[in-house]
Amino acid sequence: MKRIYLDSNATTPMRPEVWAAMLPTFNENFGNPSSIHWFGQQAKALLDSARQEVARLIHAESSEIVFLGGGTEADNLAIRGIAEAHKAKGRHIITSKIEHHAVLHTCKDLEKQGWEITWLNVSRDGLVDPEDVQKAIRTDTVLITIMHANNEIGTIEPIEEIGRIAEQADVYFHSDGVQSTGKIPVDLKKLKVDLYSMSAHKIHGPKGVGALFIRKGTILKPLLTGGGHERNRRSGTENVAGIVGFGHAAKMAREGFDSETAHMRELRDRLEAGLKARIASIHVNAETAPRLPNTSNIMVDFAEGEGLVISLDLKGVAVSTGSACSSGSLEPSHVLTAIGKTPDEAHGSLRFSLNAMNTVEDVDYVLGVLPGIADRLRELSPFYKRA
Amino acid sequence: MAYSSKLLDYFENPRCAGELPDANAVAEVSNPICGDAMKLWLKVDGNRIVDARFKTQGCSAAIATSSYATEMIIGMDLMQARAVTKEQIADALGGLPASKMHCSVLAADAIRAALKGFA
Repeated sequence: MKRIYLDSNATTPMRPEVWAAMLPTFNENFGNPSSIHWFGQQAKALLDSARQEVARLIHAESSEIVFLGGGTEADNLAIRGIAEAHKAKGRHIITSKIEHHAVLHTCKDLEKQGWEITWLNVSRDGLVDPEDVQKAIRTDTVLITIMHANNEIGTIEPIEEIGRIAEQADVYFHSDGVQSTGKIPVDLKKLKVDLYSMSAHKIHGPKGVGALFIRKGTILKPLLTGGGHERNRRSGTENVAGIVGFGHAAKMAREGFDSETAHMRELRDRLEAGLKARIASIHVNAETAPRLPNTSNIMVDFAEGEGLVISLDLKGVAVSTGSACSSGSLEPSHVLTAIGKTPDEAHGSLRFSLNAMNTVEDVDYVLGVLPGIADRLRELSPFYKRA
Repeated sequence: MAYSSKLLDYFENPRCAGELPDANAVAEVSNPICGDAMKLWLKVDGNRIVDARFKTQGCSAAIATSSYATEMIIGMDLMQARAVTKEQIADALGGLPASKMHCSVLAADAIRAALKGFA
C-alpha cells in the first residue's frame, strides 16, 4: 500500500543527506570531543560546525547553543535551571494553558514543590494576550515561559511582544521553539528571548538530540552534574552523531527555508480548501490566527478523531488527533479545551502536519479518501441527520 | 495501540449498523468523559432478541465493540443478553488496552438499558 506521512509535528523522516553526514561519526570520526588528541579534535571540529549551523538557523551566537537530549530536556533545563538558580528572588512562574507537556508538567512539578504558577488563558484562536502577561508579572516572578508555536493547532504566539515585556520587567523569558524552528523565521538577535528550545527530529534530523539557546549572561543551574561539558550547562559526553545530524538538518532547513515553507503552506492551504469543499460541517481550528505553514487542525462534526485517524491509517495515511483516546488517556486535548472547545468537539479533531517532502499527490489522495471516511463514520453516529 | 485485525474488521465493516424501524426496545447510552455514545434498537419476541441494530459515535474500539455485541445478542434469550459483560466483548475482539475498556461498557450497558422494561 502507498503510505503517506502527514504527521510531521510528531516527527519527520531524516533527510538522506543528514544520515550520510552522520555516518562517519560511527566509525572513522568516533572520537570523544573532550579528548585533546587527533581523534578527539576531529570530533570537536564536527561538533563546532554543527553548533554554528544550529546557531545560524536562529540568528544566535554558537556559544549560546547547548546540545542536549531533545526538546523535553531543553524545556526542563530552561525552566528548572532558571527556577533553581533564582529562587532567592522569588518562586513565581508565568506560563500558558496550551504549552507542550514538557513545559506543562515541569511547571506542575514545580507547583507541587511550592512554586506559584500563573496559567494564562488563551483566546479562541489559541493566542496568549501579551497584556495578560504584563498583568501577571510580580516582584517575585523569575520566569515567563510561552511557546513560540503550538504543536496541535499551529498558532504562533506573540513572543516578540512578550519578550519586550519580560525585558522591561527584568524577568527571564523562555520559549519552546520545538515546532517553530525551521518552519517560521526565528531571529534571536531581535527577539528578547533568553532561552529557546529546539529539537532535531522535527526538522528532518535524528531523534534524541536537541538544543537550548541560552542567551549570553544567563545564569542557570544545570540539571546534571558531571564533567562540565557544553560550557558547564550539560554534562555528559556529547551525542556526536546526533549533533552532526542536527547541524546538517539545520543547514538544510536554512538553505531551503523560503521554498520549503512556501511549498508546505501551499499544500496545507490546498488541503484545507479541498476538505472544506468536499465535506460539510468541518471546521479549521484557529483558522484566522497566525499559524505554522505546515499545520492544520480540523474538526469533523459527528465523527471522532480517533476513528478518523484509524480509518485514514487503513488507507495508508498517517495523521494524528488531539483527542486523548489515541494517547491512552480519556481526557480531551488540553489545547482544544483551552481554546473553548467542548470535550465532544475536541474528540472530533484531526491534526495534519506536513513537511517539505510531501507532494500535491499526497494531499489529493487525502482529499479523495477522507470525504468517504467522514461520511461512513457519520452514518454510524446516532446524532447525525443527513442534510 | 495495536488493535486486532478482528476489531479493525468490525470497525471498517460493521455488522448490524443502522436503525430498526420495528424495534420494541431502544436505549441510548453515553460516556460523559470521552463523549462516546451508542444507540441500540432491539426487536424482542417473547423471551428472545430476534433482531438488533446499533449506531455509535466514538472511537474505532467503541464502534467495533458496539457492532460485535449487537450481532452477538441476536438470538439470545433475555437472561443471556443481560449477562453479557464488557470483558466478554473485548476479549472476543482480541482484548483492549485498559484505557479503552470504557468503550465496550457502552454496549453492555446499552443492552441492559434497552431490556429494562422486560421481565
